[in-house]
Amino acid sequence: MTEARSDLLTLVLGICAFLIIATVIGQVLQRRLSPDRSNASIENLNARINAWWVMVALIGIAFLAGRAGVIVLFAFCSFAALREFVTLTRTRRADHWALAAAFFVVLPVQYYLVATDWYGLYAIFIPVYAFLLMPIAAVLRGDTERFLDRVAEVQWALMICVFCISHVPALLTLQIPGYEGRNVLLIAFLVIVVQMSDVLQYVWGKLFGRTRIAPRLSPSKTVEGFLGGVASATLIGAALWWITPFTPLQAGLLALVITLMGFFGGLVMSAIKRDRGVKDWGHIVEGHGGLIDRLDSVIFSAPIFFHIVRYGWSLT
Amino acid sequence: MTTGTDVATPDQISADARSRGRHPIAGPVSTLILLFARAVTAVRAIWSPDGPPSRQHVYFANHSSHGDFILIWTVLPPRERRRTRPVAGAEYWLKSRLTRFVGRDVFNAVLIERQPETRSDDPVARMAGTLDEGASLILFPEGTRNQTDDPLLPFKSGLYHLAKLRPDVELVPVWISNLNRVMPKGEFVPIPLICTVTFGQPLRVCADEPKQDFLDRARAALLSLSPHTDTAA
Repeated sequence: MTEARSDLLTLVLGICAFLIIATVIGQVLQRRLSPDRSNASIENLNARINAWWVMVALIGIAFLAGRAGVIVLFAFCSFAALREFVTLTRTRRADHWALAAAFFVVLPVQYYLVATDWYGLYAIFIPVYAFLLMPIAAVLRGDTERFLDRVAEVQWALMICVFCISHVPALLTLQIPGYEGRNVLLIAFLVIVVQMSDVLQYVWGKLFGRTRIAPRLSPSKTVEGFLGGVASATLIGAALWWITPFTPLQAGLLALVITLMGFFGGLVMSAIKRDRGVKDWGHIVEGHGGLIDRLDSVIFSAPIFFHIVRYGWSLT
Repeated sequence: MTTGTDVATPDQISADARSRGRHPIAGPVSTLILLFARAVTAVRAIWSPDGPPSRQHVYFANHSSHGDFILIWTVLPPRERRRTRPVAGAEYWLKSRLTRFVGRDVFNAVLIERQPETRSDDPVARMAGTLDEGASLILFPEGTRNQTDDPLLPFKSGLYHLAKLRPDVELVPVWISNLNRVMPKGEFVPIPLICTVTFGQPLRVCADEPKQDFLDRARAALLSLSPHTDTAA
């Protein structure tokens, strides 16, 4: 336990040092190059750094509150994400009860199942039970207009915003021999690797980006940024092996899987935004996009990371 | 719910309200309602280029839900919110003790009688009198909640008559987006969805502008704020 505490403390101090350096650099760059806030890249960088401070503070408070705190934090993330997602869907009045059930029944039940460690049910609750019961709630109203579209959109919203996000706190329920009491560091590993991958892809792309990787989806993403970001985030993941139950090689391979899933998840979420004609999912921080914009890479990598660790390392 | 003899006229109500003041829990209840509205809708204001309103105004908005004026109220700066009063139908808000408490004490609504056959005083004169006391007003010129697929119903003429009576007070179009999906008529469980409240450029009635021209102009100004006509959204 004390070893876990000291690892966590080292990690928190490291992150704070990193963020302080990043904040100083961001402020200096702004004074020098963007005194009137006109340089979009520097403003974007500072917005990201501010979002990290908020993220670190929230996750830190949740970690201190223990397992219940982490689960409540991610339940609220799911709520805010689901609200953003459903806002962009084209539901009709006949979906009212299905949507009410999504917010006030499915979401709390999923997190209750995670909290009580009922893996056999929370792994299938949304893919099976919600999948079958939500269309029934909608069909009882008798409105057939775009029925398949509407049902599919609500199911997608639940999978992305509730099912996938709930697999982050679910990491706390894994029982890994020799790693007791330290599971919270798995969440830290996942979030750090995803965030580092996002920002390093951005930095590599800004420095060396020539070839666009998906011009129709995300004009700012480049092959150079992708390769550089994934490679360097994989190395960071390997260097963080000491907070995980993995060897350095295993930590690097898992970081590679996380970054790849995060990258393609970002593309998928961009495609949905393009389809709906919006630039951002929401405005949770004024001018800096919605919660899903900040979480899209975590959303796609969390369930895969969870299952690999569960099969490879966990007793349950 | 009670009906018939229990229904007081707006004049009795306002005299009554003056004599006994605001209900002691009206303030806390209104704070709770504002917090609830923010939690469900994460409502965001999009101001006109002039920024948030600071002067006295008549806000006129699209009407599809009972929560409409709550959202406008929520996004207004606190000082402007305190003097802003919604204009609402007396026959609805005086129906029961609860609606009367909410309409009269919490929202401080200007309750008007909508049925011309039965009413005892002139709604436009009452609204003008409220403006003279320094209040801002929220008005729904469609007259009733819009349940159709049209984005906006034709306007009733009250807005024009009020503008003629008090030509110095600017009229501000306000488009409320998505709230009809949060709580459609007849539903009682709200669905959390992100709502926006868009404020347009103020307008006034011109000296010799015919009634229908003015109403068409005001309606077009409001409609231009709706996301369906805005390609950027």
